[in-house]
Amino acid sequence: MNFDPINIALSSVLILLGTALIAPLFRKNQKFMITFSFILAAIASLLAVAAGVVTVEGALVEKMVLPIGLPDLPFHLRLDALAGFFLTVVGLLSLFVSIFSIGYVKGFLGHRSVTSLVIFYCLFIAGMLSVVLADDALCFLVSWEIMAGASYFLVIFENEKADNRKAALLYLVVAHIGAIAILLAFGILAGIASGGSFSGYTFDAMRQANIPPHWATAAFALSFFGFSAKAGVIPLHAWLPEAHPAAPSNVSALMSGVMLKTAIYGIVRITFDIIHVFPWWWGAIVLTLGLISTVMGVLYALMQHDLKRLLAYHSVENIGIILIGIGLSMIFISFKLPLLAALGLLAGLYHTMNHAIFKGLLFMGAGAVLHATGERNMEEMGGLIHKMPWTAAMFLVGCLSISALPPFNGFVSEWLTFQAFLLSPSLPNNLMKLLIPLGAAILALSGALAAACFVKAFGVTFLGHWRGHHKPHHLHEVDWTMRSGMLLAGLTCLGLGVLPTMFINWIDNIAQQLVGSTLSLSATQYGWMWLTPISYERASYSGFIVFIGILVVVAATYLLLHVKPGAIRRSAIWDCGFEKLTNRMQYNATSFAQPIRRIFGFLFSIRERVEQVPHAGHKAFPKKLHYYLSVRDRIWKWLYKPVIEASFWISRQAGRLQQGHIQTYLIYSFITILVLLLFLR
Amino acid sequence: MNINPYIIEFLQVAVVIGLAPAFVGWIRMLKCWFQGRTTAGLFQPYRDLRKLFSKEIVLAHNASWIFRFTPYLLFGTAVLAGAIIPILSIDLPLAATADVIVLIALFAIARFFLALAGMDIGTAFGGMGSSREMMIASLAEPAMLMAIFTVSLANKSTSLAEIVQVINSGQMMLRPSLAFAFIAFILITLAETGRIPVDNPATHLELTMIHEAMILEYSGRHLALVEWASMMKLYLFVSLAIAVFTPWGIAVKGSLAGLPAAIGFMIAKLGIAGLIIVLIETGLAKMRIFRVPDFLGVAFLMATLGMLSFFILD
Repeated sequence: MNFDPINIALSSVLILLGTALIAPLFRKNQKFMITFSFILAAIASLLAVAAGVVTVEGALVEKMVLPIGLPDLPFHLRLDALAGFFLTVVGLLSLFVSIFSIGYVKGFLGHRSVTSLVIFYCLFIAGMLSVVLADDALCFLVSWEIMAGASYFLVIFENEKADNRKAALLYLVVAHIGAIAILLAFGILAGIASGGSFSGYTFDAMRQANIPPHWATAAFALSFFGFSAKAGVIPLHAWLPEAHPAAPSNVSALMSGVMLKTAIYGIVRITFDIIHVFPWWWGAIVLTLGLISTVMGVLYALMQHDLKRLLAYHSVENIGIILIGIGLSMIFISFKLPLLAALGLLAGLYHTMNHAIFKGLLFMGAGAVLHATGERNMEEMGGLIHKMPWTAAMFLVGCLSISALPPFNGFVSEWLTFQAFLLSPSLPNNLMKLLIPLGAAILALSGALAAACFVKAFGVTFLGHWRGHHKPHHLHEVDWTMRSGMLLAGLTCLGLGVLPTMFINWIDNIAQQLVGSTLSLSATQYGWMWLTPISYERASYSGFIVFIGILVVVAATYLLLHVKPGAIRRSAIWDCGFEKLTNRMQYNATSFAQPIRRIFGFLFSIRERVEQVPHAGHKAFPKKLHYYLSVRDRIWKWLYKPVIEASFWISRQAGRLQQGHIQTYLIYSFITILVLLLFLR
Repeated sequence: MNINPYIIEFLQVAVVIGLAPAFVGWIRMLKCWFQGRTTAGLFQPYRDLRKLFSKEIVLAHNASWIFRFTPYLLFGTAVLAGAIIPILSIDLPLAATADVIVLIALFAIARFFLALAGMDIGTAFGGMGSSREMMIASLAEPAMLMAIFTVSLANKSTSLAEIVQVINSGQMMLRPSLAFAFIAFILITLAETGRIPVDNPATHLELTMIHEAMILEYSGRHLALVEWASMMKLYLFVSLAIAVFTPWGIAVKGSLAGLPAAIGFMIAKLGIAGLIIVLIETGLAKMRIFRVPDFLGVAFLMATLGMLSFFILD
């Protein structure tokens, strides 16, 4: 076996599958099984990263045919720059999360067996890696189902809670509706590509086929629907905030961080690579849905007080941002503007990487908090920064990254997306010239709302005093494996933010292969320190100088002011002379979001109710006040409820056929045969 | 004769740090005159700062490192922004560090930490200030971006040095799109720097505070840094508006002769800007908090009109 990237990638998948097989042998010694399997998973992830990095770096295209699969339909694998990039994304986060998991999963010991968690965790990563490697519809869909199935079992891991079972079922249903759509899309493409033989199921055949525009549109519509269901694009997002929080936090990190990205991979693969010639309005659809997901995702997130749900809604937002970049790129390429298309595509892919890392980090942080407090509800938290300084610092890095604040990574990709927006006036279409800039305003709005949301998330969880009624006694910082998982992710966030030119240079080969233009010639022409997407005169950014600059000024100010020792006196907080301050009087998640809830309230169905318990029957002397608030997703009522009710109605009508009499059923068979005879003589 | 751009850079940072309190002093002085009060003089803000620096710090028991780090960060980002905006000269070595969007994000990071510091102690006022500040910031952001977008359409750039150069070289005079963007920018500046009618920098009345509520727990040198940074923020926003919309008089390629003129022009323009701010502040009353979305909606509308008029008229 030689050391081709594709062999390394394949061996990574095999190690994961092997681990899933071997792990049950050690189920008697759970502690050993955890350490052993997660270390193997980390090694496999590292191999995947190595394979991906080398592939993208060298712009390699490698193929392989596996002797498995159905008779005459072997599995095809292919590793090109795009696949290599997603291999790296999946591998990198899996590496961090696997290290984190060693400590995190041990938290379940003594409560339940974790054998299933370990097995499906390995299968899940193996599934994601092979989705990216697949080069035919069969292999793709098999991998897709391994990924979906494994994640279903991970979501119901804590199956004693009814909510988790319900969430998992919803997830399974949506995943499969999506999978059916993807299957149909591949069916259309393969049907045209094969031309009578069975060879059309490979992506190569589909690339070379001459697909008529209306069939291409149908295939795009179906596959985009299917992948959107996986990615949680609004309005197909309803499963996401239910399923992601239900899973154990290390799995949530992977689901939000990288599983959603396989859908992005699918969209890019189908549009840019397989169909590769398409009209501009496909891009407009992707862009519009991206914008809606972005702003609605963050607004829903602001209304949450469950930390993991909040993060899950932010995945909807960030998938939207990625789709904005990709949609812009699709519009640009359909108007034959390859340089701008490269900018949009790379902005989207950059954000794909960034979101994987910072969302993974944030979910790991939420997992650490859950591990330490046993609590997901932010209203019951507060002041954790004192007991969990490491987790707090790393979670803060994640918050700064996701809020698109320099010098962290989220900012770079959003900035590139803004630059792509600002170049939209070079489109030849007047209507789009006017409308696309409004999209930039929506992106700015959601960026600022995300910052508000993470001030809330961090402020309520880690700052202030403990808000709950009973403070747990065993509050503690998490162990070194969990801390190092988070630390690695945090450092990656900073690295990707401070050295964007290196990353752009690296992923540039993807743009070269997909849209036939590179960005690095213009983007990095002034050296590694300066990022100049189109030209130096147009716009420039140096994350490195921002980082060093802030550091130097802060350090200098600090030193100057500490030349002579200044006194710091600690004292109790100022209570305006009221003297009866309690911890329940702090701002919490609900009150923090109140102004925004009021302004954007028309987008939700909000029920607010205040109940007074009067003292001695007098309304003027309230003894207690109860405040009830429910904020619900309107899309659930408008879209999902009717569909669910319609499907129940159809089932009920179909159920009438079922009489329970064998004679009736025989008549059905008889009539069917008669009808068939009539038509198929 | 040319001088090293690094010297100009250094000089400019010194000017921003040094003159920001005087600018605030000028605004307060004008305000006093308009309201028929006697003034404390142009230099009162310096005296305030000196007093605060020499006082001891009283920290709440549960203040974390975020609370103590934030004043330094606020000051640091303000100084960095002061090194980036072309105030005295176009030819600044650090100008390429950030275009307008990055610059706005630099202010955003300061705001993020200030809002966290507001929540750190766990008093109701701090949380209230943070919540309101973030709400206003989220609504100001899209308007801000549209204004930038309009300006960048006209100049084909978001780089500040480039914008200043294009407008300064007189390639474009009085475009309607820029006029709309300018009005939008004034409204946003009022919101972002916490002036009337959005926030009142002089108030300590509990229910109307926004910025003041967040920094209520600060004392001593921490408070001094926070105050100084917010003075610099006002100074920088006004300088940004001057740079983008009326850069005339700025020193072009680091010429020694242009520098005194540039400083003179800067002082004159700041004086006028202070007058405009005071006219707005004395003419208007502070709004209810839930009127602020309307106010910023107008700003957004103005900026959008600017963009449309660019496509239609230019």
